[in-house]
Amino acid sequence: MAEVLVLAERDASGEVKKVTFELLTAARRLGEPSVVWTGPGAEGARAQLAEYGAAKVYSVNSGDFAGFVTAPAAELLASLVSEKSPAAVLVAGTNDAKETAARLAVKTGSGVLTDAVNVTSEGGGITAEQLNFGGAFTVHSSVRAGTPVITLRPGAVTAEPSAAVAEVEKVPFTASDEAKLARVTDLAPAVKGGRPDLREAQIVVSGGRGTGSADGFKIIEDLADSLGAAVGASRAVVDAGWYPHQFQVGQTGETVSPQLYVAVGISGAIQHRAGMQTSKTIVAINKDAEAPIFDIADYGVVGDLFTVLPSLIEDINEHKS
Amino acid sequence: MNIVVCMKQVPDTEVERSLNPRDNTVDRAGVDGVINYLDEFAIEEALKIAEAAGSSEVTILTMGPEKASDSIRKALSMGADKAVHVIDDALAGSDAVESSLVLAEALKVTGFDLVVFGCESTDARTGLVPAMVAERLGVPQLTLASKVDVSGSEVTVQRVTDNGVATVTGNLPAVVSVNEKINEPRYPTFKGIMAAKKKPVKVLTLSDISVDAGQVGLDNATSWVDDSAARPQRQAGQVVKDEGDGGARIAGFLAERKFI
Repeated sequence: MAEVLVLAERDASGEVKKVTFELLTAARRLGEPSVVWTGPGAEGARAQLAEYGAAKVYSVNSGDFAGFVTAPAAELLASLVSEKSPAAVLVAGTNDAKETAARLAVKTGSGVLTDAVNVTSEGGGITAEQLNFGGAFTVHSSVRAGTPVITLRPGAVTAEPSAAVAEVEKVPFTASDEAKLARVTDLAPAVKGGRPDLREAQIVVSGGRGTGSADGFKIIEDLADSLGAAVGASRAVVDAGWYPHQFQVGQTGETVSPQLYVAVGISGAIQHRAGMQTSKTIVAINKDAEAPIFDIADYGVVGDLFTVLPSLIEDINEHKS
Repeated sequence: MNIVVCMKQVPDTEVERSLNPRDNTVDRAGVDGVINYLDEFAIEEALKIAEAAGSSEVTILTMGPEKASDSIRKALSMGADKAVHVIDDALAGSDAVESSLVLAEALKVTGFDLVVFGCESTDARTGLVPAMVAERLGVPQLTLASKVDVSGSEVTVQRVTDNGVATVTGNLPAVVSVNEKINEPRYPTFKGIMAAKKKPVKVLTLSDISVDAGQVGLDNATSWVDDSAARPQRQAGQVVKDEGDGGARIAGFLAERKFI
């Protein structure tokens, strides 16, 4: 079976990120996955990688991957592509991995497909499914040059176990001087709150202009916590400085497609819908009965969020106990 | 310092956008073109760096059809000094790999100390091009920046990724991409708009930048859209008016759907 390279993702504490298992699950649809492990800890991660179907783990324990921006990882992948001739290279749709994919595509003269929500293989041809313009279009695309390089949207593919051996193979590799031009001198790891990651969350609760202030926005966090959800915010909220920028959902923020999206005090302009309209179920609360968010909501309540939410939170908490 | 901002004209995100049924490329003819939202931050940052450094020049580099000249004028009215517009019929439908080639070759022709990008475009949203251009030019990739400091020949950025915020340093010449946290883009002033009319816009074709027509455009694209279909519109569900029972009704809906 054709080999498929999967670039593993770890968080700041060294834990294998969930998206790595999603990548392995997707890679099995195309062939036999081999993990590319950049940095320390391959042996420690082996059991987990085996559980999700990694046949091999190419391990390079070098500080260069953390010490320099994306170029060393792209160089390693390019050398593995030329040596192993894989059917495809799958990486996560995270910032670092996407830019690594960009450099890899140039190095190997390959096409790259970003933000895939699924991959399939038919008659030797590999196809990625993508959602364009915030999910207004479904697109199938393929690569016409080199080795397909595909970035996978986190959370789009459900990770499914399938046991394999995950044989660890140490790969000799030294990053070139050209790959060491952008030096990382410090890293402040993302602060992990108690809430799930916005892009990976099953439930997202987002607040908009209707919350009125940074203080008013706190009730969005309360509702999110009662549901074990991630918190999102509309552009209006972020622009007003009521909530940090990294939580913005929409055209110019994150694109999310959780099982449940609760839009509170959000009118539902195209800008916002582009970031959330592929959610499985949408619930909306808004004062304005004409708000466009109600056109796409599965369930909507026209009312003041400051009277609806407290009783909703109470009911949810009661339901839990 | 010679600062070049790579700017893209994109379809306005405030209106419905679509794909051409014929070749699945972005429909640019049917909608108004605007400066890619994130590129406005790149222009602002370039202007600020130029103002701080003194004796600097900011050039707007755009690859795109004739129509993109509106957006180039707007960028000039914000304060950029001049522009380079790469226009060639052969460029239509170019993907990220091809676009990065064109931009890199155009940058070699115009010369540069610092190249500034917005971190992605709002139409394709691949976010690939800045890293690709850095790779092609063999210069430091200082991308996804929420802060840029230029000190002598050294550039330091705060790089914001899923993993956190990294401090990244490299030497000029370099490629930078910025996110929308970095600054507040200025609006063109009346004086700026008047001045922009007289600012030079140099037009380059593929032969001017030594790129072969066989390396670009839809026919030579490295990635290809096989099919596209508009997804069915979501249907509005039940909407009720809160009569003091709004919270309870939502809780009921969530319980029915097994969310609680």
